[in-house]
Amino acid sequence: MPVSLSLTVNGKAAAEDVDARTLLVDFIRNDLGLTGTHVGCDTGQCGACTVLIDGNAVKACTILAAQANGSKITTIEGLAASDGELHPMQAAFKDCHGLQCGFCTPGMVLSAIDLVQRHPDADEKTIRAELEGNLCRCTGYQNIVKAVKQGAQAMRR
Amino acid sequence: MYAIEYQRAKSVADAAAALARTGGKALAGGQSLVGAMKLRLANPGTVVDLSGITELKGIKKDGDALTIGALATHAEVAASSVVRQAIPALAALAEGIGDRQVRNRGTIGGSIANNDPAADYPAAVLALNATVQTNKRKIAADDFFKGMYETALAADEIIVAVSFPVPKKAAYVKFPNPASRFALVGVFVAQTAAGVRVAVTGAAPHVHRAGAIEAALAKAFTADAAKVVKISPDQLNSDMHGSAEYRAHLVSVLAARAVAAAA
Amino acid sequence: MGASDLNSVGQSVRRKEDYRFLTGTGQFTDDINPQHHTHAYFLRSPHAHARIRSIDTAKAKAAPGVIAVCTGDDLTGVNGLPCGWLITGTDGQPMKEPPHPILAQGKVRYVGDGVALVVAETPDQAKDAAEMIAVDYEVLPAVVNPVDALKKNAPAIHEGAPGNKCYTWALGDKTATDAAFASAAHVTKLDLVNNRLIPNAIEPRAAVASYSRADDSYTLYVTSQNPHVERLLMTAFVLGLPETKVRVIAPDVGGGFGSKIYLYPEETALVWVSKRVNRPIKWTAERSESFLSDAHGRDHVTHAELALDKDGKFLGMRVQTTAAMGAYLSTFASCIPTILYATLLAGQYTTPAIWCEVTAVFTNTAPVDAYRGAGRPEATYVVERIVHAAAVEMGVAQDEIRRRNFIRKFPYQTPVALLYDIGDYDACLDEAMKIADTKGFAARKAEAAGRGKLRGLGYASYIEACGIAPSNIAGALGARAGLFEVGQVRVNPTGGVTVFTGSHSHGQGHETTFSQIVASRLGIPIENVEIVHGDTGRVPFGMGTYGSRSLAVGGTAIVKALDKVIAKGRKIAAHLLEAAEADIEFGDGKFSVAGTDRSKTFGEVALSAYVPHNYPLDKLEPGLDETAFYDPTNFTFPAGTHICEVEVDPDTGVVEVVNFSACDDFGNIINPMIVEGQVHGGLAQGIGQALLEQCVYDRESGQLLTGSYMDYAMPRSDDLPSFNVATKVTPCTHNPLGAKGCGEAGAIGAPAALMNAVHDALSAAGVKYIDMPATPHRVWNALQSAQ
Repeated sequence: MPVSLSLTVNGKAAAEDVDARTLLVDFIRNDLGLTGTHVGCDTGQCGACTVLIDGNAVKACTILAAQANGSKITTIEGLAASDGELHPMQAAFKDCHGLQCGFCTPGMVLSAIDLVQRHPDADEKTIRAELEGNLCRCTGYQNIVKAVKQGAQAMRR
Repeated sequence: MYAIEYQRAKSVADAAAALARTGGKALAGGQSLVGAMKLRLANPGTVVDLSGITELKGIKKDGDALTIGALATHAEVAASSVVRQAIPALAALAEGIGDRQVRNRGTIGGSIANNDPAADYPAAVLALNATVQTNKRKIAADDFFKGMYETALAADEIIVAVSFPVPKKAAYVKFPNPASRFALVGVFVAQTAAGVRVAVTGAAPHVHRAGAIEAALAKAFTADAAKVVKISPDQLNSDMHGSAEYRAHLVSVLAARAVAAAA
Repeated sequence: MGASDLNSVGQSVRRKEDYRFLTGTGQFTDDINPQHHTHAYFLRSPHAHARIRSIDTAKAKAAPGVIAVCTGDDLTGVNGLPCGWLITGTDGQPMKEPPHPILAQGKVRYVGDGVALVVAETPDQAKDAAEMIAVDYEVLPAVVNPVDALKKNAPAIHEGAPGNKCYTWALGDKTATDAAFASAAHVTKLDLVNNRLIPNAIEPRAAVASYSRADDSYTLYVTSQNPHVERLLMTAFVLGLPETKVRVIAPDVGGGFGSKIYLYPEETALVWVSKRVNRPIKWTAERSESFLSDAHGRDHVTHAELALDKDGKFLGMRVQTTAAMGAYLSTFASCIPTILYATLLAGQYTTPAIWCEVTAVFTNTAPVDAYRGAGRPEATYVVERIVHAAAVEMGVAQDEIRRRNFIRKFPYQTPVALLYDIGDYDACLDEAMKIADTKGFAARKAEAAGRGKLRGLGYASYIEACGIAPSNIAGALGARAGLFEVGQVRVNPTGGVTVFTGSHSHGQGHETTFSQIVASRLGIPIENVEIVHGDTGRVPFGMGTYGSRSLAVGGTAIVKALDKVIAKGRKIAAHLLEAAEADIEFGDGKFSVAGTDRSKTFGEVALSAYVPHNYPLDKLEPGLDETAFYDPTNFTFPAGTHICEVEVDPDTGVVEVVNFSACDDFGNIINPMIVEGQVHGGLAQGIGQALLEQCVYDRESGQLLTGSYMDYAMPRSDDLPSFNVATKVTPCTHNPLGAKGCGEAGAIGAPAALMNAVHDALSAAGVKYIDMPATPHRVWNALQSAQ
């Protein structure tokens, strides 16, 4: 039984009928073709699928697309400026080598933005605690922590 | 995921009617239910989304009771100045549930209705002697949690709010499972008007009160008093992350730490 | 910008590849959606060991959206998966290589073994239909532990492997080693388990296979670390297709750590079925499937003995290891506990006599193969744990016992086949001790004791053999392929350079590091260099990325191709400048006539190569495009010392890593930022192995108990400290870059350092021995038993 969806993704309206069992992440990846949001697990633990729903980090694999009806969603594709200039948090990840294979990166960056909204001056301990919902197998997290600190500073400017 | 019907309820009455009609499941934040559906461990047929029901929202303090709407997310509870002032232990508990993304979606109503044996909220509800308000009645915490994933809720009964009497002192200490980060053992200690109450999650098939520690703390509300209590490993969970003996030991250690931290 | 600014070698150039990953515009396999593609789902065995009496697919075939259902019986003309390395046993016999069918034939041998493939219009339809397949199993007893599998009455997993034994193999001089033990003043003995791990690249394995009737060709997008090897094995050995008809593309790959080296059943089945259904098929593993079916790592049970003289000098070492292979031999499984393990048992020490015997065993588990470090972490764990124990037993300080035994003269021939070309082990130990502030440890330990905590310090001085591999040595040791690498440098008419490398980047940053090398050598901006990898349709050939080989072998192949480009450029410049080729010098991006100010820029020479209006065609071909195959003459030997400091809470058994310091010698470094990142990641995986991660199968039922992140503990951000890392440099002597490799070091040194620290901390409480991972439960148990 289809559900009629109407929501805003990266500032653009999206309206579509989807099968009720469609997960938000599948809607984003398959229906909208925004493949920057990744799927890394099936138990809601890796955080690769993290998007912002009305500004809050949410795992798009653990929410039905129908549940997000009416909301404003930001995916990794919606962060950079229209001329392609990176968001300060994206830029910080690049500058600090906060990514290697790049698969967890979109979720990590969006979680970092959620984090900085609440803790603009987060110290290392807070950053590490706040990122527990995002697995990275490549970096050992050290440069991610560094990037989040630097990105937070840049976002204040 | 198996095929489902999705319905968005406009009111509690609307939701209850839909549940009664379809035999489906209520969906709050979905952090447990959607996960189970995805793995085909749950096949509810119909899900009734409660998220649009305003009656289920809000956090307020009335006299000596803190009332939290069923749809309050863990993040909202953790950040609420009302909760932080009234029962800081409850805000701290909410801040420690799952991870940030889970806290942004997961709700108090969903958590206690699910009654996962390793969930955090049930320990708070039980230790703080809270009352669960549903669309049908008020249920005392001692009567609410029945067994593993089992509660006193009827199939079409919906949690509206949870009301916590403000304790004199309370704290929750969790020892996380190193993999899932759920409570391997979590102990909530509260000095309440009804005496000292200690609730344990994670250690057994369902949340329960630790009578021996309550008795010890009633005599002397000190960390040492809790720490020396020997908990029987009988009836406790045993798995690759912790034997029943280890869990029994942790109950006393965490209770002592909770007493030390109680505020 | 001056020409010297173009030399970025040694600088932390920010990565060229990052923009696409940061903006969600990378292209991973699951992001690829050919028109009208279908979806595959694999029905997997729920049993660890069972005979298949029958499979009824009728209902599934009739289910909505289903396009095809096939089982092992349908795959006519399809061979099993091959193993790339032949180990010859001590009995002179080749290892046992039982068939490894791509879908089960008559029997399933581990939970997750593929039984049937369903192709449908949607993933849900494929899964729905798979649930309708009725398989009648006769469940057989299973064995998952390698030691259990060797027992007399153990269930027989393969007909062709009596006693479940794949091989028994040995290395070293047993007589000399026994003699060393006979004369020893002290012997230290240790039993060790190296815990089984699941690699867990965050991108699950995936494949998209398409068939084109137009030219009878196939295209496979796959999460692979080495697409050419994947194609070679799949076409020549399994499907019997001409290589020319199969293009394998490994696009952006989200981490590998070894697990994406191998030819797996899934993509092989997809390619075969894509022709039958004549539509593209996509398969993406769910994480639960990854846990069940990715090749696992480690899983050794070892008894080791170290003989020492009265001064703590090592005289000899004896090691006996039982290594699990899992249910089938994965692509490189057989060489991991032999060639990449026993050869490393000299470590950094002058131990004159070593003997190691390895028995490889089939078990009812997922196959075991290389995982970050592959054999070398296991060897380091044996050597460094026993050195730690010997030092404790003899009352010698941990740094001192290492210094008394360090190799200091190079080249050094070990008694276990390797020839170390160069190293400075004292330098790394000194620096690691400095950054770890070992001098202040006693005070920190006392302070921790005041808080009721147990502190410990652990050392690991590791060595690894990287730059895999000199093909002649590898061949003599059983490799069924050469292990060279290929680099092609195509200079485009306007001076931009396209480099085709057989190495594959799945996080390592090759697009940046290789660009730095090329740009610096040619004196051109990095932006003018494009690195192409991971596509058999574009790159001439390649052996791929694993064993920390990309820079030392793949990078050198590029350098060799650059040498040819420059040589050809000198010819062109000589012609353009009307000078003798011998007089042409190349530097700072210019070809100059020696002793004059006459020169042509690299760009001018490049353009001329494609606009050869007046070339002496008998002497000079147009074009500037060169390829080199580089086969190294020796392994490279990165080495270093890692020092870990832990604090144990005896009330809960929690081990906290409070400090981790690493000083490594990777030879010359092209991009320090990337190298540091590789070290961090390796350390996280090494710490993960020692503290958190373990793959557990139920010993009776053979069910995987750690089948998701609910039970398999992955290192998270708050499990780890910030690491102190440093490097020392002794350039590799036999490749022009002087590079050794850095990708695995962290995972190799960290487990031993951490476990030595845990033992140091717990020794005060009387604990003698604890296995990895040192989970709170296990540590608490050890403390209880010691009381």
